[in-house]
Amino acid sequence: MIDRILATAITEAHIARRNRWVAIAVALMVVFSLVLAAAGSAATGALGADRLSVTVASLTSLSVYLVPLVALLMSFDAVAGEVERGTLPLLLTYPVARWELLLGKLVAHLAILALAILAGYGAAALAAIVTDPRAVAGLAALWRLTWTSVLLGATFLCVGYALSSLARRPSGAAGLAIGVWLGLVVLYDLGLLAAIVADNGGVFSTRVFLFALLANPADAFRLFNLAASDATAAAAGVGGAAASIPLWQSLASMLAWPVAALVLAAAAFRRVVP
Amino acid sequence: MTSTLTISALTKTFDGAKALSDVSLHVAAGERVALLGHNGAGKSTLMKIILGLIAADAGSVSVCGAAPGSAQARAAVAYLPENAAFHPALTGLEQISHYLRLRGESAGKAMEFLDRVGLGHAAKRRIGTYSKGMRQRVGLAQTLIGAPKLLVLDEPTSGLDPVSRRDFYSLLDGLAADGAAILLSSHALTEVEARTDRLLILSGGRMVAQGTLADLRREAALPVVMNLTARNGYTSDLMAALPAAIQFAEGLRISCRQQDKLATLAQIAVLESKIADIDVMPPSLEDIYSHFSRRDGQ
Repeated sequence: MIDRILATAITEAHIARRNRWVAIAVALMVVFSLVLAAAGSAATGALGADRLSVTVASLTSLSVYLVPLVALLMSFDAVAGEVERGTLPLLLTYPVARWELLLGKLVAHLAILALAILAGYGAAALAAIVTDPRAVAGLAALWRLTWTSVLLGATFLCVGYALSSLARRPSGAAGLAIGVWLGLVVLYDLGLLAAIVADNGGVFSTRVFLFALLANPADAFRLFNLAASDATAAAAGVGGAAASIPLWQSLASMLAWPVAALVLAAAAFRRVVP
Repeated sequence: MTSTLTISALTKTFDGAKALSDVSLHVAAGERVALLGHNGAGKSTLMKIILGLIAADAGSVSVCGAAPGSAQARAAVAYLPENAAFHPALTGLEQISHYLRLRGESAGKAMEFLDRVGLGHAAKRRIGTYSKGMRQRVGLAQTLIGAPKLLVLDEPTSGLDPVSRRDFYSLLDGLAADGAAILLSSHALTEVEARTDRLLILSGGRMVAQGTLADLRREAALPVVMNLTARNGYTSDLMAALPAAIQFAEGLRISCRQQDKLATLAQIAVLESKIADIDVMPPSLEDIYSHFSRRDGQ
């Protein structure tokens, strides 16, 4: 079983390397992280927080957009591409289960994503520590951001596989992926905001709102990282919402999402007829 | 001999249209069987059912004693799809290594398999740069992995030049000699004639003929055609002497049943002085194939 998962992972890694996905993902994360590290340093002097903690707050806001986007871009072709190229029927006659194929792709794509995240955050951390020795105090927050970013990436990779299986054509899968990204990462929060304004302190604001935040993997990621670090919460200015949700709840949401998305992807892939 | 593949009364319907109706066949270990039929005759559908890629509506299929698509069956079956496709960014070596690992074999043997199909020189080039024939050979190489008990080959020789085609069939001979059962499909009888033990002809989703080439030839009982060239000026004499003949281009043409062949020849031999030349033409492979594949459906 492990052999077959690794076989798929090795091949997917070759493909990602040839298609420049490794280079693109790493370059994107490094460039954006360094830009934030540089931009963040301008305003920190008076805040009292160390430079890395402030950078982590900025990186949290960046990653919530960028990590899902890169993950979806890497994964939308996973099943639909095999269907279009005509490589799926042969693959499915091999003694390998469909979930093993998905898991193999996930291992490769997640390793690339983790590499990009480490490179990006590492570059930002280096820049912060070099200019401000106090910044080592922020390393714990950065580490938390790193592994939660990987979890967030895993969720959106699996969501990408599910969309890829449902669409069966790469163009359709790409459209769905962009739609889901816009919906979950951008429009969802706007929708919640609009609902709160309209609700004006009613049942939605007091009960449904927090649950709605936890139900979205991107919001759970943001909540967890902001709540876990007072400094970043203060810097990001959304400490209010973060403080009212216990840490374990956002953590549970973040841990549950990759598993749920993988199950969803496996179920969708099972229904693909080659 | 034990049967590696047994199919009985198989039926498959797509959106109300019958793709296969009541198809039965078996392929024994070491046997090479050709599945012939037009486009849309049901060849690929039948193969996909054997491989467990799609489910049949009715009937039973047994692959090496297991259900099609089960782990046991998949471990014993190799498949070459029609127009074998691979990821263009991978090299031949990487692709075959991948397939070796999926079958639990050492990836180090990949070069050996590519050499067997004559692709060793291109092993480190991307498949995207390969010709159609080269891709077909990558497909062929992966069917050799893990000594499969049953090979299902969908139009394996399409895209191969005549020399590669001969190499391909000698490869199959070796596999069959080692006890593998082989089921291969083709459009054309001429492509498979001498290299398979038995022929199956599908037409409109029905099995219209099964047997050796000699069996089919006998069963079809197509007429023998003789072309006569008359000596100068004797055409009308010959026409008068042979009422069954029809005038055809430069000479005469006579069709007769197999069993009347010698009697007809005797009749012609008497006219020797008036005949410049004679050609006797048995029914061609294409004639026999057309006879069976048109009888039903078309």
